[in-house]
Amino acid sequence: MMISRRTALLGLTSAWTLGRSSLAFAGSSGGPDDPRLVVILLRGALDGLSAVTPYGDPDLASYRRALVLPEPGQEGGLLDLGGFYGLHPSLVTLHGLYGQGQMLPIHAVAGHYRSRSHFEAQDYLESGADERLSSGWLNRAVSVLQGKANRPDGYGLAMGLTVPLLLRGSARVRSYAPAGSQHPDSDLYSQILALNASDPVTGPALRNALKARGFSDAAMPGEATTAARGRDAAGKPRKVDAFTQLSTAAGEMLAAAHGPRVAALEIGGWDTHAGQLGRLGGPLAQLDRGIGALRQGLGESWNRTVVLALTEFGRTVRINGTGGTDHGTGTVAFLAGGAVAGGKVGGTWPGLRSGQLFENRDLAPTTDVRSVVAGVLCDHLHLPSHAVGTVFPGTAVEPARGLVVSV
Amino acid sequence: MRSVSAINRFGWGQRDGSGAGLSVQDWLAGQLTGPDRAVFTGVGPCADGLVALREQRKAKMQGNPLVKPIFQAEVATQMDTLLLTEQPFRERLVWFWFNHFTVSLRQGSTRAVVGAYMREAIRPHVTGRFSDMLLAVMRHPAMLMYLDNASSIGPDSVAGRRRHHGLNENLARECLELHTVSPAAGYSQADVTSFAAILTGWGVDLKADEPGFVFREKAHEPGVKTLMGQEFPEGEDGGVQALRFLGTHPATYRHIATQMVRHFVSDTPDPASVRHVEGVLHASGGDLRAASLALGGLPEPAVGGGKFRSPMDYATAVLRALSVGGAPSQPGDPHSPAHQLVSAFSTLGQPLWTAPLPNGWSDAAADWSAPADMLARTDWAWRVAAHVRTGDPMDIADIALGPALRPQTRTAMHHAGSRQDALALLFSSPEFQRR
Repeated sequence: MMISRRTALLGLTSAWTLGRSSLAFAGSSGGPDDPRLVVILLRGALDGLSAVTPYGDPDLASYRRALVLPEPGQEGGLLDLGGFYGLHPSLVTLHGLYGQGQMLPIHAVAGHYRSRSHFEAQDYLESGADERLSSGWLNRAVSVLQGKANRPDGYGLAMGLTVPLLLRGSARVRSYAPAGSQHPDSDLYSQILALNASDPVTGPALRNALKARGFSDAAMPGEATTAARGRDAAGKPRKVDAFTQLSTAAGEMLAAAHGPRVAALEIGGWDTHAGQLGRLGGPLAQLDRGIGALRQGLGESWNRTVVLALTEFGRTVRINGTGGTDHGTGTVAFLAGGAVAGGKVGGTWPGLRSGQLFENRDLAPTTDVRSVVAGVLCDHLHLPSHAVGTVFPGTAVEPARGLVVSV
Repeated sequence: MRSVSAINRFGWGQRDGSGAGLSVQDWLAGQLTGPDRAVFTGVGPCADGLVALREQRKAKMQGNPLVKPIFQAEVATQMDTLLLTEQPFRERLVWFWFNHFTVSLRQGSTRAVVGAYMREAIRPHVTGRFSDMLLAVMRHPAMLMYLDNASSIGPDSVAGRRRHHGLNENLARECLELHTVSPAAGYSQADVTSFAAILTGWGVDLKADEPGFVFREKAHEPGVKTLMGQEFPEGEDGGVQALRFLGTHPATYRHIATQMVRHFVSDTPDPASVRHVEGVLHASGGDLRAASLALGGLPEPAVGGGKFRSPMDYATAVLRALSVGGAPSQPGDPHSPAHQLVSAFSTLGQPLWTAPLPNGWSDAAADWSAPADMLARTDWAWRVAAHVRTGDPMDIADIALGPALRPQTRTAMHHAGSRQDALALLFSSPEFQRR
């Protein structure tokens, strides 16, 4: 277990991470009836048009025919969301929750920034401001909640090697990291191998080292590249689904009588510049299983839970030259949980006709992601509306209403 | 030769873009002309360490309670210097010569004095004459303790006749073989024995008010001795003369020229390059500033060649690229930049000041590129990168590698989904493994 200086400065004791997913909690030692909030950061930019496909839009196929899955009801087809939108078939748990009125995708959301740099955009998304701040909106939200900021054990929990910017700030946060898991996942290892493939010294050394760690030849670059896609060379599911493990742990901690009440998880694998059709199913299935694990871990507390999955930006509407998509703008956000007023698709569809695209390439954003977050914070965590400006400094944010079940 | 690659090869990894844009020769010369700008805080002379050692022994204390704080202070201030130095070429020369004249924690109770040794015996002489450094090293308590000379006694000396103790050839042998002329000079066992006799009496006085080097007349082997055909008189001055002889010997110049070219240019030094540096040493009477600057004018290593970074090089370069450090590290603080660096040396297989043998750490790629070592670097870099929350990885890459950054690495970084992944790719690229 590694304890960083930053962790120490924050008064944290430890952090959890597995592969490229990690978990962070902030929020009290709270009471059993406190609302629970889990934020999942999808690092790498999720293609919203593939996750929640507007198959009813007549222009969609003209931009990305090769990426559009069959309509609902056909083999391998989308899962229907009421006639216009279809959910990616890897998201079966989310589709089940949708049917129970517990899942709400919101389409054509984007941050208030227009950066197409992952790193800048993630910083802005987590800062919740027009510039990069040293604290995140989730921590500031906990800070202004009456009596939650200075719970000795932390109202919030970070699972990962470090606390994400989202949860950093003055409110006490705790975090966990299981030992022995502090190394890159197979996808990143594959990329590192590819970078070193032609080097006479480092190439063979890394290859042999990873073989010794149990990576099969088929997972090595230059051959099959399925290792990262959630499957091994034989097509079997990966042995360890790190995100599911972390999600289960997070759910159980959030359910505990005096556990944390706010948590943050991270999951990568969304940056599908090439071969998107084959690459996106893995991370989506992981996300889906993770949310299922959260529900299971939370148990009865699921009814008081909102899970919010956000990504830094969307991807280009047009398919690129390598069967993938590049960095874009508008995308989809997911709300799930017993406290979510779901069973519909939220947001305003901007359309895909040529004049309707943002900069003639991206899905035009119609909803500021901060308004979605502010709506959840106000109506679910009972953040006073006058505090919204503290959580999201800069331009005024109008909380979106009706996202959660009124209690 | 482009500046950034020279800055990496001759320094400790580029930090903050300083120095880029100067010609290589101007950049190198600027660091060796004028004073050493390193400032060490919280540390004292070698005598402080020896007093601590003496008091611990006297009171039979366990666990190094007096030596430990001295050692921790040395680690803190010397690691800070490595991270922050604006004279990285000078700093690399200091560590190069320390490794040439290795003192290791593995034997001789050197923990109390190794840091002072580096500051007192090595550092002041990296731009001076080689024979002055040699003399300072051989008289320093750290070396006399490490290679046992403090307990070597002339068999025919007063003490030798009384106590039936004898020579310990360790220091004399390593001085000939590793520090000066090398076996290529063709010396014999008789020369080793004779040189050991010349050095008898060179020891450490722990009991003095200010403990340090002492010449013990009573342990010194009487009579004139012959070393490699030269006669040296009895007494302390015989040793000084012998070291002057060895320190300016043509075989010594060839040996250290080879070592320098191997460290700064290639694992397999080009004979013409060695001859050039050797010639500069000859012409200048062993002037290390002139020889060091001559390295900058040597032909570039072949494309894709360059020097493979040792674990110490690698960890330092990563943390410098990430601008780690700034406020002084507090000795013993496990969260300090100095501790981060020194624990990385251990994690990656090259713990500070603990070379296995007196020949120091290897300077060859083959010794640092075993599979497990390479993966340890990648895993460590990935963990370090998790803590980087500001800055554009591409900017960090451009500053760290300049034109050596390959398009393939740039593309992979560009497509990375997080800052951590992008930096892990940078630090795992083959070009970052080299300087």
